[in-house]
This record gives sequence, structure tokens and C-alpha cells, in this order.
Amino acid sequence: MTAFKGGLHPPYYKEATREREIRPAALPKLVRLPLQQHIGAPAKSVVEVGQHVKRGQLIAEAGGYVSAAVHASVSGKVTAIRPLPHPFGSKLPAIEIESDTWDTPLEETVSIGDVESLTPDQIIEAVHRAGIVGMGGAAFPTHVKLKPPKGVTIHTLILNGAECEPYLTCDFRVMIERPDDVVAGARLLQKAVSAKRIVIGIEANKEEAIETMSEAAGDFSDIAVESVEVKYPQGSELQLIKALAGIELPKSKLPLEAGFVVQNVVTALAVFEAVTKGKPLYERVVTVSGDGVKEPGNFLVRLGTSFGELLEQAGAVAEDAAKVIMGGPMMGLAQHTYEVPVIKGTSGIVVFREEEVEIAEALACIRCARCETRCPAGLATARIGLAAEFGKFEIAEALKVMECIECGCCSYVCPSKRPMTHYMKAAKAEIMRKRQREKAASGE
Amino acid sequence: MENRLLVVSSSPHFRAKGSTARIMCDVIVALLPAAVGGWIFFRNRALVVIAASVAAAVLTELLMLRMRKRKATAADLTSAVVTGILLAFCVTATLPWWGAVLGSAFGIAIAKHCFGGLGFNIFNPALAGRIFVMHAYIVQMTLWSPTYYEKQEREKSPAVHPEEATAQVDGETYATPLGKVKEGVQQKRPIEEIERSLPSYWRLFVGNVGGCLGETSALLLLVGAAYLLMRRVISIYIPLAFLGSLALLTWVFGGIHMVAGEPRMYLFHGDPLFHVLAGGAVLGAFFMATDMVTSPMTPKGMLIFGFGCGAITTIIRLWGGYPEGVSYSIFLMNICVPLIDRFTMPKLFGANFGK
Repeated sequence: MTAFKGGLHPPYYKEATREREIRPAALPKLVRLPLQQHIGAPAKSVVEVGQHVKRGQLIAEAGGYVSAAVHASVSGKVTAIRPLPHPFGSKLPAIEIESDTWDTPLEETVSIGDVESLTPDQIIEAVHRAGIVGMGGAAFPTHVKLKPPKGVTIHTLILNGAECEPYLTCDFRVMIERPDDVVAGARLLQKAVSAKRIVIGIEANKEEAIETMSEAAGDFSDIAVESVEVKYPQGSELQLIKALAGIELPKSKLPLEAGFVVQNVVTALAVFEAVTKGKPLYERVVTVSGDGVKEPGNFLVRLGTSFGELLEQAGAVAEDAAKVIMGGPMMGLAQHTYEVPVIKGTSGIVVFREEEVEIAEALACIRCARCETRCPAGLATARIGLAAEFGKFEIAEALKVMECIECGCCSYVCPSKRPMTHYMKAAKAEIMRKRQREKAASGE
Repeated sequence: MENRLLVVSSSPHFRAKGSTARIMCDVIVALLPAAVGGWIFFRNRALVVIAASVAAAVLTELLMLRMRKRKATAADLTSAVVTGILLAFCVTATLPWWGAVLGSAFGIAIAKHCFGGLGFNIFNPALAGRIFVMHAYIVQMTLWSPTYYEKQEREKSPAVHPEEATAQVDGETYATPLGKVKEGVQQKRPIEEIERSLPSYWRLFVGNVGGCLGETSALLLLVGAAYLLMRRVISIYIPLAFLGSLALLTWVFGGIHMVAGEPRMYLFHGDPLFHVLAGGAVLGAFFMATDMVTSPMTPKGMLIFGFGCGAITTIIRLWGGYPEGVSYSIFLMNICVPLIDRFTMPKLFGANFGK
């Protein structure tokens, strides 16, 4: 299969952490668990201030179908439920728990029974109950992805191990250290959607992971481990489907509708632990890297741990640390404070030093079309950028800006240092607002 | 962790090296071999014209930016230098320095800044300036001069070019190769005689022929073009389509034979190599038509654009009043760019799904 058109080869900077074994981060003294850690409706708190909770205890239930439950990541006392700094930018409601340092687990009362005899619905129910969301970064509730619309049969479960974002190695480490559990999780997911086969896509430069995963999948004839071209953004869902199945899906179509379910390898691990051990999603692997971090590494972190507390364990940040990114440098979110917590979608924390932070003045577009040749979505990005710059959002809409996957390639290559991706996001947000206004006006 | 101020900005958080100014500098570097060629063939006159043109371009750019209350960036200034050099390249070395100054100033002030400055101009500023000077000072612009070496040869053995034996060495009645063809056909001179008066392919390739200051040496221009291709500043689509269609069309329609003393078209007997090497085809195809701001954005659009340039050049050269048509062809195709862009959009990922 050929890869998607466009894309690029940014420096990967994975050397700093690819050999670092996953190690548990120290138990945080305080966790702040936002009710919104996923795409969809925020969860609803079911605890009260002053209440004592145990590790793994449900503290907020899903706030709708597209939503996910939140569980306590330490045992201790709920000290506050109020808006607190959130990686998405502003303050959002969160439950604050002060650890009692005992880390008492909740007695698991749900009997799993024989894993082999579980029905698809039981698996989906367990995933739902554990509050699992896509852990590649998008954080879309996993149980929703496991329920195809009526009349659609899922043929392929794609396991995403591409990990194309620079710096990040958490997926890689999980594939190296826990390949059997990842495959077991994948089999549960496969069963949940009754897929005929599993394809595991891994970028060709991760030879070790391809090896360990192939070994783990060795016994099963319906699992294929495929090496895919090293090219950013190969790990984007639609681009990965193209590479593995040769089919180009528009962004307006859900992969589900075409018979594909795509899940990240770390999500598969979480599914394995939720279904077989009844373990809710209260911790995750986080890569901490970047020149601003003294001792980069991969950590198993309790959700709600503040960036600051985790960074201390990576040898603290350099004196001139100037930018803190949740996720990788291509699609990650820059943070304004170290107080924000690790959430379900936090695949990494990358810290840049002052010299790496580029604040370039944007110049006029010279129509070099580098952005358009690199756009994996095949968009007329230069023209959309101009339309958005001058507030002509209806032109941006006509030019299909809604198909943009926000991968960042356009900004990356622009010689005039234009904030191309930002223009795309701004246009998309504006169009969404307009559509909502129209919907409201039409009386729905 | 002490809360030092952190930088917050939209993703992505790092970018490729390279800048617009770097692109312009690459173009300047790529034009240097041909500039040296201009000096070799036309001596110090060439340097005077280039210097006057570049200085005027940069000063006009600064003036216009100030009038428009914009900050002068490295990108603006380096792009003005490119315009200055290109304008000098497509005028004669004998042009008085003020002619080059006028052309440059017109290109930058009118063709570039009246449309919004760098990135917003419809026409290639250098070409617009050239066309302005051409029409305002047609006499000065068509006083072609032979190269330094041609002059020396003639002084040694005037009989080599019998039809030019009487030509004054200062070149008043000197004609470019394309001019010789046009004149010869118009005067219904025998084909063999016209052909005899033309320089060899080698001379054309090296650039030891009369013409505009920087256009004569295909060799030196190609050296620069190779650099631009290697640096990926330009792609091959436009030059390929331009020169390819020019070669094809002049081969098909460019042949002439005499029927009862009248020149008639002789299909499939044209001289494509001559048409590609003579005049400003190589300069235009690699350095003018490829100007990003004034050319299409997709490979398909670039091929259409290049083909249009080649076709219009052919029409002007074979049937038009001027011996040369490269600058007009690019100028006319510049007008078509928005339309070409509109009909050659990039292919949307997933557009074929369900079809």
C-alpha cells in the first residue's frame, strides 16, 4: 500500500527517551481530575467535598452517551470541586483529591468471569465503565467507537502504533514492554466489534516494536503487523487507513461507516486492564522530553498529577524553559502554567528552552504552495489561509476547510512563517459557530 | 516549580528552517552566473545597468513601503533585488542607466505595490517594468549591441558576415538572431541566406550573441536554474511545459520555404533548438514564469501555464510584429493565473470515496 500524499519528515528527536523504560512516577500528593478529559459532554461529579475516596473509585459518571467516567487516581479526601487550570486553556471544573498516601485500592466487586466467554456487549460495558478514551491524544470515548451504526459490519480493527509525533515514545515503549497485553487488548476490541481481522500499523523506523508486536501476534493468523512509511502525520486515523487498506475516507465520514475501527496501542492496553482486571483508567504512560527537561523519560503517571510535579521527577526543567507542550510539538497544546494536570489524552509533555521557541513575524503569502503540496488532506491551504486571514470564512468553507485534520504541516513548511494551522482552526471554529447559530435559528 | 512566564501559541511548535528571504537569496545566487555572463559579453555597460536597476528597485521598495506605512522586511528587500536583477537582464546593455531606473521603479511602484506589495501582485514586476520601458523608449530598447567578442571578430575579419560588413561596430544596425529571422522573412530574402546569417547553436548556447543583457547565455542560466531546482525553490513543471511547447510548436509551424518568391509555412520543418536557445526563452522559462507569486500553485496548473507561455511566444515570434514574445507571453499568462488556479485545485483526500 502507498502512503498518503503530502506530509513531511520533521526531526523526530525520539533518541532521548526511546531507550528509557517506563517507570512509575512517585505518588502525587494532590491530584486534580477535570470532569472534561475527553471529546463530548463533561462527566458529572458523584462525590462531595470532604468525602474520602479510594483509588479507582468512580468520582464522576459519564455525562451523556459521548462522554466518559472519571475515577479517583489516589486514595484520599476530596478537597475541592471547582474550576481549576486545565490543559485546554482556561479553567474547567475538576475534582481535587488530597492523597492520604496509603493509595488504598477500591475492592473490586465486579466479577469478570472467564474472559473468553465474554460477549461483545459485556466488553463494551467494561470499557464504558472504566472511562476509557482514545489515548493517542484525541481522547474520543472508546465505547462510542465500538458501536457501529445499524447495518454496518466492521471488518478490520486497526491498531495504531505509528506514533509519528516527534519526541513521543510512550506508544513505542508500551509496544516493547507490554506487547502481549496490547495484543490481548486488541483481541478484546476485535471481539467487541466482531472484526474479521486486526492490522497493527507501526512506522518502519520502530523496528524493535515491529519485532515484539509480531512475536506477540505470532500465534494468531488474523493479526497482521504492518510496517508503514515513516512520514508525518502517518498516525492520523484517516492517513493510517489509507496506508494499511488503500482506502481514502473523507473526514466527514466516520471510519466506522466504512467498516474500520482504529484504536491506539495504549488504548488497547487500557482495555485489556479494564476488562481482565476491572481496572479503571486512572493512570497512563506519559513521555516527558524536550531540551528543557534534564532527565527525559517515560513515566506511568496517575491522572491529575500536575505537570510541575511530574517534571520534578524528570530532573526538573532547565532555567530557561520557555514553552511547555502537552502532546508533541506538531499538534500539542502549549500550556501557560505548570499547574495543569495530566489527563487521559496526555501522551507527552515536551519542554522547550528559550532558544527553541520561535516567535517569527508572519509575512504575506508568496504563493509558493509548499503548504498545499504537504497537506495530507489535499486542501488548498494557502487560499484558505488568505480567506481566513481576511475574515472570509464562507470562502474557507467552500474550500473545504472542515476536512482539515490540524496536523500542522502547513505552518511547519511556510517560509513566510504564517500561522497557517491557526487560520484553519479559526476558520473551522467560526464555521461551527455559524452552523450552530443557523441550527438555533431554524428552531431546532 | 517556579512559575516563570511561558510562551503560549497555536500548534505546531516548531517549524522548518528556511524563509521567504532565503528563497529570494537563492534566486539572487542563481542569477549570478548569468550576471557574470552579461559582464563578459557586454563588459562594464552590463554592470552599470544592473547596478542602476537594483538600486532603483530597492529604493522604490523602501519608498513605497514607507508610503504604505509598512515595515521593510528582509523578504521585501531581497525580492526587490530579484526584480532589479531580472529587469536588468531583459533590457539591452546599451540602455542608458535611467532607462533601467525607470523600468525598475515602474515595476516595483506600479506593478507590485499598487496591487498590495509582495505576494499580492498579479504581474511579474520585472516584466511589467520591462514592457513599460520597451514601449516608452522603443528606440533605446532595440539598439542591440553585438557582444564584446563579436566586435573583436568583426574587426579582425569583416568578411565573415558579408551582409553585416558595413555594419557599424557600435552596433546601430545590428540585429539579434530572432530579429534577423523576422527581418529576413519580411524582406523575402532567400532562406539559405537567412540561415547563413544566424549564429551556430553552440554560440547561442554559450551566449556569444546579441540580445538582452542577461538572456543570451542558456548555459549560465541553466547553471542557475539547476541550483534553484536542487534547492526546490522552483519545480520543473513550468519551464518544461514552456520550453517543451515552444519547441514543439516552432518545429511544427516554424518552418518556412519559398513558394514562387513568397515565404510560406513549411509544416514540421521548424528549428526548435534555435527557438529555445535564441532570445529570452530560457531566462523567461526558468526565472520569470516560475515567479511563485504570479504563477499557478499546482503541478497541473503550472503545466497549463507553461504551455500557454510557449504557445503565445510561438504565435508572437512566427506571426506577430515583434521578433520576440517571451515577456508578453508570460505577462498575458499572469492574467490567467487566478482562473487556472480555480480549475486546478489540489485533490481532496477522500474525494473519491463512494464513487
